[in-house]
Amino acid sequence: MTETPLPHFPRLVDHLIARLPTLPLDLSLKRFIGSLAERHPSLFSRLDDQAQKTFLIDPTDVSIAFVLKPDPAMPRLEAIKRAPDGTIVAARDARIAGPLAALVGMVHGALDGDALFFSRDIVIEGDTEAVLALRNAVDDAEIDLAEEVAAVTGPASKFVAEIFRRAAPLAERMTGVTLTRAGGTLP
Amino acid sequence: MNLAAALVRPELVCPAGTPAALRTAVEAGADAVYCGFRDETNARNFPGLNFSPQELTDSIRFAHDHGSKVLVAINTFPRAGAERLWQEAVAKAEGAGADAVILADLGLVAHAAAKHPKLRLHLSVQAAASNPDVIRFWAETFGIRRVVLPRVLSVPEIAAINAEIPCETEVFVFGGLCVMAEGRCSLSSHATGKSPNMNGVCSPPSHVLYKEEGEDLVAKLGGFTIDRTPKGVAAPYPTLCKGRFTAGDYAGHVFEDPVSLDAAQLIPPLIDAGVTAFKIEGRQRSRAYTQAVVAAFRKAIDDHMAGRPIAADMTRRLAEGQSTTAGAYKKTWR
Repeated sequence: MTETPLPHFPRLVDHLIARLPTLPLDLSLKRFIGSLAERHPSLFSRLDDQAQKTFLIDPTDVSIAFVLKPDPAMPRLEAIKRAPDGTIVAARDARIAGPLAALVGMVHGALDGDALFFSRDIVIEGDTEAVLALRNAVDDAEIDLAEEVAAVTGPASKFVAEIFRRAAPLAERMTGVTLTRAGGTLP
Repeated sequence: MNLAAALVRPELVCPAGTPAALRTAVEAGADAVYCGFRDETNARNFPGLNFSPQELTDSIRFAHDHGSKVLVAINTFPRAGAERLWQEAVAKAEGAGADAVILADLGLVAHAAAKHPKLRLHLSVQAAASNPDVIRFWAETFGIRRVVLPRVLSVPEIAAINAEIPCETEVFVFGGLCVMAEGRCSLSSHATGKSPNMNGVCSPPSHVLYKEEGEDLVAKLGGFTIDRTPKGVAAPYPTLCKGRFTAGDYAGHVFEDPVSLDAAQLIPPLIDAGVTAFKIEGRQRSRAYTQAVVAAFRKAIDDHMAGRPIAADMTRRLAEGQSTTAGAYKKTWR
């Protein structure tokens, strides 16, 4: 667990993200969440009835946020752009907000959610029970986002995974975001 | 005679809220891991946590393959008319290959001793057994092999207990600090109708609401505002015992400061006091916490056994309120 302050996502990269068209991003996210549901069924079953809740995942140093409904029958993940005043307008049961490095670090098991809450690096609002269920289910799933992105590329997945593996150290240094699962390869 | 040969090696008992956390704890150096079923039979009955019977069986196999034990906490108090759920949990734990079950309820302990005579029984901290007479009763009547001591005893008191009892003792060395009479605290019930003793949840998340008001973080429990944390101040868990209240001229943490127990520096005197096992709290925490804290205490114990000094402040960032205390072990409470 890092003792250093969390990094701010690079503004130049964020400017590029802000200019991405929403439609292709949403199509990519749709494939991503469908693949995730197939590859990690226990993540969704562990959520139990909290899977019907809608979560706003809000990386506060990035121009887009994500709306997630982890319903195993019809999982939904959509991007939503930040308004000029910095707010995100989206219907949700709960909001989890913080620097991208904190949110991705939690997904990868590199950072502890409670410690980030104690230090006020992340903020949760709304349905606390749903947030805890999601945090616990994601932690148990031992997700590696690079592996998940590679998985949706089908036949090219091994090639894409290798590119991610080689690029990850430099990208982590540039962005401060933990881009791979803590602890390395699963047993 | 060298130092290591003269010392009895204590067991490091570590938390796991999920199968992934259990694997993390084992790989980080846990001698034993404790966990519970995904229902109200265990005192960490939080959403998204805990083990199905199949997950427990698979996890125990993993732990045993790596030389670690698994202790199953069935440490809430059965509801009248629903005792069967708790009794079945004991049978499932034994069937899954658990090395011991951790129980709190007198009736359930009697049931386990009678129906599962080969199963090793530990007495949960929830039973609040804090003097030699009561511990001898549990050990001599039901064959309890280990007692988890409440976090209200000093090191000399623990030594005095160990001198008079026929079983092992286990003490908490890190994590959330509960200073109430454990197993008997009903503060959470007053605000939510649910308690750790009966439902496995202190401040159930279904009754917790956070809201940012200006630069303050406001925490509500069951509709009652129990804390308002200013910007720049570490946030606590939303428990009544660690809330901020006004009493007379005093405004602040009336019952308890939001700090975590860290007794790493007390490992040597606790070993001298006859303690068999050191327990880390935090089944509700992530595998990042598990890895960091278990590795830190593995190192602390190994360093002490090898005659090296124990490093200080290894895990402060992970602590509630981001500060730590030696708690009752040093008896410096206000």
